[in-house]
Amino acid sequence: MPSIASYEFGDFVETACFLKDRPAFALADGTLRLPAGGEKALTLHEGGLLAAVYDEFGKRLISGGEDGRVVATTDGETAQELASIGRKWVGAVAGGPNGAVGFASGRSAWFQPAKGGAKELKHERTVEGLAFAPKGTRLATARYDGASLFFPATDAAPVSLDWKGAHLDASFSPDGRFLVTIMQENALHGWRVEDGKHMRMTGYPSKVKDWSWSAKGRFLATSGAPAAILWPFSGKDGPMGKAPLELGTRGDSLVTSVACHPAEDMLAIGYSDGMILAVRFADSKEALLRRGGTSPLRTMAWDGKGGLLAFGAENGEAGVVDIAG
Amino acid sequence: MSETAAAPIPVTVLTGYLGSGKTTLLNRILSEDHGKKYAVIVNEFGEIGIDNDLIVESDEEIYEMNNGCVCCTVRGDLVRVVEGLTRRKGRFDAILVETTGLADPVPVAQTFFMDEDVRAKTQLDAVVALVDAKHLPLRLKDSREAEDQIAFADVVLLNKTDLVTPEELAKVEATVRAINPHAVIHRTERAGIDLSKVLGQSAFDLKRVLDDDPAFLEEAAHAHDGHVCGPDCDHDHHHHDHDHHGHDHHHHDHGHSHDHHAVSPIHDVTVTSISLRGGPLDPKKFFPWIQALTQEQGPNILRLKGIIAFADDPDRYVVQGVHMIIEGDHQRPWRDDEAKLSRLVFIGRKLDAEELEAGFAACAAKVKAPA
Repeated sequence: MPSIASYEFGDFVETACFLKDRPAFALADGTLRLPAGGEKALTLHEGGLLAAVYDEFGKRLISGGEDGRVVATTDGETAQELASIGRKWVGAVAGGPNGAVGFASGRSAWFQPAKGGAKELKHERTVEGLAFAPKGTRLATARYDGASLFFPATDAAPVSLDWKGAHLDASFSPDGRFLVTIMQENALHGWRVEDGKHMRMTGYPSKVKDWSWSAKGRFLATSGAPAAILWPFSGKDGPMGKAPLELGTRGDSLVTSVACHPAEDMLAIGYSDGMILAVRFADSKEALLRRGGTSPLRTMAWDGKGGLLAFGAENGEAGVVDIAG
Repeated sequence: MSETAAAPIPVTVLTGYLGSGKTTLLNRILSEDHGKKYAVIVNEFGEIGIDNDLIVESDEEIYEMNNGCVCCTVRGDLVRVVEGLTRRKGRFDAILVETTGLADPVPVAQTFFMDEDVRAKTQLDAVVALVDAKHLPLRLKDSREAEDQIAFADVVLLNKTDLVTPEELAKVEATVRAINPHAVIHRTERAGIDLSKVLGQSAFDLKRVLDDDPAFLEEAAHAHDGHVCGPDCDHDHHHHDHDHHGHDHHHHDHGHSHDHHAVSPIHDVTVTSISLRGGPLDPKKFFPWIQALTQEQGPNILRLKGIIAFADDPDRYVVQGVHMIIEGDHQRPWRDDEAKLSRLVFIGRKLDAEELEAGFAACAAKVKAPA
C-alpha cells in the first residue's frame, strides 16, 4: 500500500516538481516550499507567482510572476533571476534546449538563450502560452486564432499555424513532430509540424487544465473530463481518426491533473475531489494512491525514478506519495 | 464532489466614456475607509494608486468563442487576470474592472457567465455606467458604445450635474431612461456617491435579481396604468389561482409597456426596451420559446430580465440573459399578497415588439377546466 507524506501550505499550489530528488512546491503566493527534511521556503516572486514549469532540459524550475521577473532554481536553495521586464506580469514561461528560456507578457514573447540578452517577439494578440521544440531552437507561441512557430535565433518570420479561437497553451510532442494547443472552448488543437495538418481533439465537458506526454511520447494524457483522456500520437497522423484511451473513469468527479510515469505506461490521475489513482494503460488496472481531499488537484509530478509522486491542490493541500509504501 | 467552495468574489464593472468620471469614482472607492482589499483591473495605469490595493494593467482583448456564435465573446484578458487573482483565497474582497470609453460591456459581462473558471470563483455584482451629463448628447451622436454602456448598466451615475442646467439634466436623464428604463439612476457631482449604491448590488444574482428593483416593479405598475394591460390583470390572475375559468380571453391581457419608451427625446438612440407582462405561464411553452428566441435574436438582445409565474408552481422563477446566454432559477415562494404575474423585459436593438408579445402571450398556461 502506498504511503503519503501530507503537507498543508495554505495557498494555491501551482506546480509540484522534484529538484535534485527533493519534492518542491511552487505556490501562487510566490514562494517555493521544500517540506522534506525541515520546512524551507524560498521566495521566487514578490506579489505572486503566475506561472511555473519544470524545465526537463535544464532540470530546473522556471517561474514568472507579478513582479515582472523570470527566475529559475535548480536546487530550491537559491533562485537566479533570468529576466525582469518591470511592472508587467509574466504570465507564461518555458524552458528549452541548451539553457534557453522563453516567457511571455501581454502581446510579447521573449526568447533568451543561455548566454546573451532577451529577444522580444512581438505579436498582434496576447501570447497565452509557449513551448520549445525538443531539438534545435524552435519556440511555439499560443495565441488567438492559432500558434506561431519561431526560429528565434534567426530573424526569419514566424510560421503561422491558424485555427480560429483562443489558444491558451502549447506543447510539442517529445519527438517534435506535433504541436498541440489547449483552447478556451474545452478542446485541444494540434498540427503536424511538417505540413500543418490539423488535429481536432474535442468532447471535453470542461476546460483542459493539465496534460502530460507518456514515456516515449506514445500518448498525450489530458484532464478536463470524468476520465483521463489519452490521445494516441504514435502513428503518422497522430490521433486523427483514432479514439482516445479513457482511463480512471469516475461518475462523480472530474480529472483535474495528470502525470505520466517517467518509464512505465502508467498514469497518475488527480481529481477535483482530491483523489489520486494510478492507472496502467495496458489493462486499465487502477491503484488508489490518495483517497481524497478537500480541493481539486492542481499539479502532480513523478520523481526521476518513478517511485515518488508529488501533488498539490488549489487550497494548499499537498503531499508526496511513495508508491512502494 | 467534496471540494469546499469559497464565497465568490464580487466583481463590479465600471463603464463610461472618456471624461465621464470613472477614474474619479475609482479613486473614491479605493480611498474610502471601508477596510476592504480591492484588485483593480484597468486598461492603463492612470492616476490611480492606493497602497493596499492591487492595480493590474490589462489590454482589452475580445475572444470569440469558436462555436459558430458571433455574439459569444469573452474578454480574454479578464479570463487570464481574474483566474490569476482568484487563486489565492482571501487575497481580495472584491474586484473592480474599469473599461475604456470605447469598450463593449457585453463581452465583459459574458466573461463572468461563459468562462467556467471565472464563473466558479467570481460573481458579477453590477455594471455601473458613468454618464457625463454635459456631453452625453454629443457622445450618443458619435458612438454606439456610449449607448450600449447605458443600455447594459444596472446602475447609471449621471455625473457632472453641476455643469448643466436643471432643464438639460432632466432631458439627459430622460434620454438615459429611454435607453434603459430599469437601471437605477443617481445624479452625482464629481462622482460623489454613497458607495453602498454602487457596490454590493447583486444585480446578476438570480436569487436577488429584480426583487428589490423598484424600477422593475414600477414598470409593471406603469404598465398597469397603461392602455393595454387594464385592471383585469389582477382580476385575471385570481382566476388562475382558483383554476376556475376558461382561458380563451386571457392572452389579450398580456401587457406591454414599450409604448412608454418608444419615443426617445434624441434621435440618436437606437436601443429600445420592451416590457411584457402576463399571468401564469406554461413552462413547457415558455422554455422552448425563450430558448429559441435567444438563439435566433440573441445578437439583438443586450439584456433580458424577468420574473415568471408558472402555473402550479408556488415559487417565483427568475430569468436573466445577455445576448444568447440565458439562465434561470427558482427564487422564492410567491407571497400571499403578491399578484402572480409574469414579467419579462428586453433591452436591445431591432426588437420586434409585436412578435415578442405574441410569443410571450402564447406561453400562457391553459387554465384547467372545472372538474
